[in-house]
Amino acid sequence: MHELKFDQDLCLRCGTQACLTKCQYIEFDGETAKKEILKIATGRDSFVLHKCVTCYACEEYCPFGNHPFYLIAERQEALGISPVPRPLVQRAVNLGIPFRGEPDIKEINGPVLNMGAFSDHMHLIQGKLFEGLPVISTDERKMFHYFCQLMYLHYGKDSVIKKRLPGIIETIAKHKPTEVICFHDECYGAYTSYCDAYGIEVPFKPIHFFEYLYNRLIELKNMIQPVKLKVAYQRPCSSRLSPDKHLFVGRIFNLIGAENVKREFVDENALCCAGAIQGQRQEGSRKRAVIQQQRNVEDMKKAGAQVCVFNCPACLQTIGDLVARNGIKPIHMTDLCRLAIGEIPAGWR
Amino acid sequence: MDSIYKSLTAIVGDGHVSNRPEELYIYSFDLGTAEPHRPDYIVSPETTEQVQEIVRLANRENIPIVPLGGGLSLAGLAVPLKGGILLDLKRMDQIIEVNEKARYAVIECGVSQGQLTSYLERHHPHLTHSEPGAPPAATIAGNVMIHGQGDLAQPYGFTSDMILGLEVILPAGELLHLGSCAVGTGWFTLHPLPDVGIFLGWYGTTGIITKLSIKLFPAKKIRGVGTFVVEDENLIPEIIFKITHTQMAEDIIAFSSAIPPFTRELHHINVNIAADSEKELEFREEIIWDDTLGEYIRSGDGGYLGFVRGLQRPQISKTSDYKKGGGFEYVGGIMPVETYPQCYREGRDISERHSIPYTVTGRVIGAAHSMMFAWTYAFNRADPETIRQAREALHETDDLVMKLGGVIWKPGTYGQKLVLERLEPDTRELMKKIKALIDPNGIMNPGNWEIP
Amino acid sequence: MALKDFAYGDTIHRCFRCGYCKFPVNWMDVNNCPPYARFRMETYSCGGRLWLTRAWLNEQLEWSEHLAEILYSCTTCKNCEIKCPLRFNVDIVNMIVAARSEMVERGRLPKNIKTFLENIELYGNPYGSGRTQRNIWAEDEGIDKYSSHEYLLYVGCAGSYDIRAQKATKALAGILKKTGVSFGILGDEENCDGNEVQKMGETGLFEALARGNIYLFKKFGIQKIIVLSPHAFNTFKNHYPEFGGNFSIFHYTHILYNLIADGMITFTDTFKRKVTYHDPCFLGRWNNEYEIPRNIIKAIPGIEFIEMEKHREGALCCGGGAGNFSIDLLGGGKESPARRRIREAYEAGADVLATACPKCLIMLDNAVKEEGFENRLVVRDISEIVLDACK
Repeated sequence: MHELKFDQDLCLRCGTQACLTKCQYIEFDGETAKKEILKIATGRDSFVLHKCVTCYACEEYCPFGNHPFYLIAERQEALGISPVPRPLVQRAVNLGIPFRGEPDIKEINGPVLNMGAFSDHMHLIQGKLFEGLPVISTDERKMFHYFCQLMYLHYGKDSVIKKRLPGIIETIAKHKPTEVICFHDECYGAYTSYCDAYGIEVPFKPIHFFEYLYNRLIELKNMIQPVKLKVAYQRPCSSRLSPDKHLFVGRIFNLIGAENVKREFVDENALCCAGAIQGQRQEGSRKRAVIQQQRNVEDMKKAGAQVCVFNCPACLQTIGDLVARNGIKPIHMTDLCRLAIGEIPAGWR
Repeated sequence: MDSIYKSLTAIVGDGHVSNRPEELYIYSFDLGTAEPHRPDYIVSPETTEQVQEIVRLANRENIPIVPLGGGLSLAGLAVPLKGGILLDLKRMDQIIEVNEKARYAVIECGVSQGQLTSYLERHHPHLTHSEPGAPPAATIAGNVMIHGQGDLAQPYGFTSDMILGLEVILPAGELLHLGSCAVGTGWFTLHPLPDVGIFLGWYGTTGIITKLSIKLFPAKKIRGVGTFVVEDENLIPEIIFKITHTQMAEDIIAFSSAIPPFTRELHHINVNIAADSEKELEFREEIIWDDTLGEYIRSGDGGYLGFVRGLQRPQISKTSDYKKGGGFEYVGGIMPVETYPQCYREGRDISERHSIPYTVTGRVIGAAHSMMFAWTYAFNRADPETIRQAREALHETDDLVMKLGGVIWKPGTYGQKLVLERLEPDTRELMKKIKALIDPNGIMNPGNWEIP
Repeated sequence: MALKDFAYGDTIHRCFRCGYCKFPVNWMDVNNCPPYARFRMETYSCGGRLWLTRAWLNEQLEWSEHLAEILYSCTTCKNCEIKCPLRFNVDIVNMIVAARSEMVERGRLPKNIKTFLENIELYGNPYGSGRTQRNIWAEDEGIDKYSSHEYLLYVGCAGSYDIRAQKATKALAGILKKTGVSFGILGDEENCDGNEVQKMGETGLFEALARGNIYLFKKFGIQKIIVLSPHAFNTFKNHYPEFGGNFSIFHYTHILYNLIADGMITFTDTFKRKVTYHDPCFLGRWNNEYEIPRNIIKAIPGIEFIEMEKHREGALCCGGGAGNFSIDLLGGGKESPARRRIREAYEAGADVLATACPKCLIMLDNAVKEEGFENRLVVRDISEIVLDACK
């Protein structure tokens, strides 16, 4: 079985304990942080395992790439500390079971866009930005054959990922892609960060969606008219698995003339959409999620954002409505880019 | 040309009567598993007077007459078991009055659920009616005729308990009014006159409803669905009891089904919550999810899945396409809520025995006074074997309802037999007398609720 | 052909007859399926037609003139496909068309339908008028015969032969001339586009028409085509490519819209009327064009634009599609779709009902007379309104 590449010595030698001291959801002093991370590393119980909201951020905070969050998720499962109630875990595990036939495998022998488990979001890959790019996982009935499984990190169910992910990679590989552009950056995180951490072989080159968008916009540079919008970016959990690609958000905004407003909850300090928090077991989770969402949107408002730009469709589904009720237009990054090249996405006003 | 056809044409005009094979074919079918029976004539009246004349004609000529609304009962209740005149009432579709202040609507019998929902949304957005889970083409009169329940059943009960007035044509053609409208006032109350309510639940065997007044209720600005999930079916009755105690919900539905996998052997409880402001919404959510169900979340036995704003109204059902076969039928039982665990387990067993993926649903009626528990069986209309399997499963489920101490809701002929067998002799006798008194020739929807 | 050989033999039984297909988008009534609205019998509902087709192919029901009329009364307006929530919804109209093909194949057609198709075969139009009559509308208009113009103006049968529709044709030609658009017509060499023929299931005749037209267009070196009728628009755009006919097709509203945007059409007069717009099915539901016609109307000074309750994807069809403007299975009586539509326009408070289709124009204009609404409502094609407003 695939084992996590985690080096306890790095934590022993670490002077920052950034993984926990930077955590936005639990307060730590340096000493407690060190004590608790070592407890976790050595397989003992820690209050962190009970209080973690599973936002993935410590993966980014760790200065050594030592995968503290993957470790937490593993330990939660090993010690039977489920962050969410059992029925929700079971529901989530069942959700990823494909049940409507086998995928249609067409060999591509070139770059391909993988919709993953977001085949019902084909409206987000329309227009010139995607012209000529073959797409896989386009049938929502069969999308779970392409589901990167990383969602189970929120459920303390690391074993499901390890069990299913190699098969998913095999399905994608059957299409004979050279490069796989991942519509969702959780997929990108799976095929880069996670697979690397567990030594799972990936026989294609994953490309981050925003990197693709940026390069494509460069090709279409002549068409770009500055959108002149004040934008706030909703950074998803999964982005913490590919912090090196986060810079493409700023680059894209620069390129298309979107003004990235100055706000508190941005970049490393971003607040998650709280979709994973509201159903957690610890007391007050639903209320915590409500308050966090309000703080997040208040911050966008205070910064003068006209538009909130999303990366993850699940975030959009979770807080898009709240954002809109606060007078800020929710929009996916692709639709913003389409606006910049003179295309009008459906529903834009 | 035959004289009855001619008389019918004289009543409703050309084009609204048919005895041609095409119409007789289409109107012979129910959408569920019931065997088809051909009517002799299809008539589609436009007014109460026309209905009266048709009924008089039928009585005179001793021809069966079967009223049809949306034709969506799925239990074969408007299949002309003994032929005769099939009365398609959908042309009588006027919304006659909406009384804003007293919150009621007077409508003709052919008004569909979708039509009233749309009308209220467009003209009276702060009023709503209890809309059933049936397709929007189902009529309101049909729904009250079978004691239906809608998405306000939890606070307000059966749709037939929301009637404030009725206009009924009796088998001899008399025109009857029930409720305040009978004394010439508005249609605002069914009480306090002496009760002559012998029409609801009778499937048109005692009379044909041509007009009715139905209660409307406040429509809050925000309406949505929150979902709670449990693994253990034994928890459902107590959870429902606790939620109904809060008086904070509009509709409570528990369900489980084999397909899709995420509902398999899990029980989702959908709780509709409505509020006029964010403050009110959060207050209701806090009471339900945090204060009332928090203990299940902390113990890990129950999970809050989230709240989705907006209700799908009219409701869309795709059940018929589960087997890519264009058919399903369900048994509905009006059950004590405490029987949920057995209803689920035994229903799942019946489905498995007949190779049908199980689907069960329980909608709470009143303050947990009962629930309508539905066992649904999909079939492929092009495959007679699957229809046979479904029919067998349905009959076994009818038996199950009675065994578990429930009452079959809108039973077809098989279920009616089960109910009548158990009916106390004195009650049976009274039903028989009423029927004999009102419909001595037995022309009204014969084959239904017949007491030998 | 038995059911098992029917192109949709594995799908047609999937209709449950739940009745969503009768409703418009806003669910306000069950009268948005034109035949069902007209007859209010379940046989005439979309589900009824599918069940009857299946029964016929299964030999549970014999062919009859009535059965054929039930199938041919479907105007292929596509409302059912918009409303049906099930996955096979994209094929509903195809199923009806395939059933009609089977009737054509077996030679079982009512006389008026046979005549309609024969006329097109013999004379190139459903009216049975001579080919030389096709050009009569243009006699005093000073319009070029097409020869290396930028655009062909394809007029179509209704626009050429029908007296009411001719007015729209003339108005359009007038505007195009006035604004200096380079265009010509084919005159008496023009032939039927075949949209109705295809929808009526005469696939052989349709193919012959398509191939003939494509040959003709290519012979003249035509690349860009302006069409008066959304029906022609639909078939040129969506079906001719199958036969190698790849031309740039423009519905005339598209051209007018661009002329307005470019300042080539300026409105000198204000048109102080309350105008509503009837979406032609072959522009709207079939080709997803809802906004351009509205934008033209809204660009005219003085017009108060009113929306009917049933609009865009939810519009009620005029009842003229799939040959019904001529075979007229839905006419007669106050419940005909066209008369219902007239009442809807009037109830919305409009005094002008605009449309952008010669068939809708004919149907609705007649309905105004039948309804006795001559003093309340006028039906105008957008081309006529634009011409009036820029005189």
